[in-house]
Amino acid sequence: MTDVEVLALRGVEGFYGESQVLHGIDLSVQRGEIVTLIGRNGAGKTTTLRAIMGILRKRRGSLRLMGVETGGLPPERIARLGVGYVPEERGIFTSLNVIENLMLPPRLKPGGMALDEIYALFPNLKERSASSGAKLSGGEQQMLAIARVLRTGADFLVLDEPTEGLAPVIVTQIGRALDAIRRRGMTVLLVEQNFRFAAGVADRHYVMETGRIVDMVPRAALSGGLARFEAYLGV
Amino acid sequence: MSLNGLLAQLLVGLINGSFYAMLSLGLAIVFGLLGIVNVAQGAFYMLGAFLAWIAFTHYGIGYWPALVLVPLLTALIGIVLERTVICRVYQLDHLYGLLLTLGIFQVMQGLFVYWYGTAGLSYPTPSALASGHNLGFMYLPNYRAWVVVASLAICFGTWYAIERTRLGAYLRAATENPTLVRAFGINVPLLVTAAFGGGVALAGLAGVLAAPIYQVNPLMGGNIIITVFAVVVIGGLGSILGSIVTGLALGLLEGLSKVFYPEASNMVIFAMMIVVLMIKPAGLFGSER
Repeated sequence: MTDVEVLALRGVEGFYGESQVLHGIDLSVQRGEIVTLIGRNGAGKTTTLRAIMGILRKRRGSLRLMGVETGGLPPERIARLGVGYVPEERGIFTSLNVIENLMLPPRLKPGGMALDEIYALFPNLKERSASSGAKLSGGEQQMLAIARVLRTGADFLVLDEPTEGLAPVIVTQIGRALDAIRRRGMTVLLVEQNFRFAAGVADRHYVMETGRIVDMVPRAALSGGLARFEAYLGV
Repeated sequence: MSLNGLLAQLLVGLINGSFYAMLSLGLAIVFGLLGIVNVAQGAFYMLGAFLAWIAFTHYGIGYWPALVLVPLLTALIGIVLERTVICRVYQLDHLYGLLLTLGIFQVMQGLFVYWYGTAGLSYPTPSALASGHNLGFMYLPNYRAWVVVASLAICFGTWYAIERTRLGAYLRAATENPTLVRAFGINVPLLVTAAFGGGVALAGLAGVLAAPIYQVNPLMGGNIIITVFAVVVIGGLGSILGSIVTGLALGLLEGLSKVFYPEASNMVIFAMMIVVLMIKPAGLFGSER
């Protein structure tokens, strides 16, 4: 693994209106890593992703993406650096069919997955390519939301709870997709509540509590630190 | 009732319907993407007719070049207004956009009344389309046939661009979730400005097409926009196909009522609007949001 910083947050603060929700986030993601953000509901995980994507407009501190300071950039400029975003609500467009959804995000860099490769990962999408985005099951929506950004050549993926509310068989399928993503050398930042899933795919875990990073656990230390996690997550 | 009279009124209805369709199409695009009920659409229609008249009278620029130049100029004026004024109300309730564009409408109409009065100016029919054909059962002026064909082509072309092209997919997606479309790397603010320009250009183009048929009059926009709003409500606010089909159908309905019960022709569209609002409040082609 080459030690190139894809993402570096230093003292990032974020606000919704007047209320502060991020209180100085420090984290970094190296090229090729899969890193999770874990923590309870309301800890600020999704907001952190929204700050990285430039969707959270009121943000302070240093946000560096591929070496570019993105604090003042609008979302479209940040995405153009090669970031693929899969939001928590999945964001499937209901007025577009599956193939239109899949083809919607423009190419950001060369080297995106071909349609065949994407269909190999998610065969359901091929069968349903003419269906309206509104008619998909939750699992199919999630597959589509991930497939959509694989096509674009983005080499850094930001995924917000990709397994939330999905059946185990679909979680397995998404895990396989993450393995394929890793094999291609892509970098991933993942918000995840499903700790078992997170432990299986990630290299490192950042633990968030009330808008702060309170711990960082590398995969190697995981088995010993399991009790620590359980305390954080309240499980 | 003679067949000739019926067909003549249906033709008038079809032509009026073509203008309803083009104008409500522009409204639908702008409302879908910007959430702005653009009352000024009527003023841009009037502006289109006047720009064609001014180009012809003062600069000797004929109908065919005007058909291309005027929509571009109208779009440019619209884009300047969108960037300087209208963009400030996107975050507010729809009502502010409606009031703002109503104000813009009043200012534009007022300026043209001040400059040109309300008597109306005539714009010559382009010579290539001056005559007509006797179809046996009725006389069809070439220019009117051209307006119907041209507006159908414009409507279908717009529908195709929005429903079947990549740019159209961006527009539809940005209508649903602009933030996410931006997070895919698409410059949505630019897309919004372009869509506003496009919607306004449709009104300008309709104005040029209308100039040889109706008198070029500062009040022409105000007269038609009320009806167009009824069309939009009946078709479903923001529905592209709904705008086209409803515009044409209501023009025909209006024409028919002129034959069978002329007294009702001015209100038939509004009566229809009330019925539709009672039965299907989102409009015939609209979906509940």
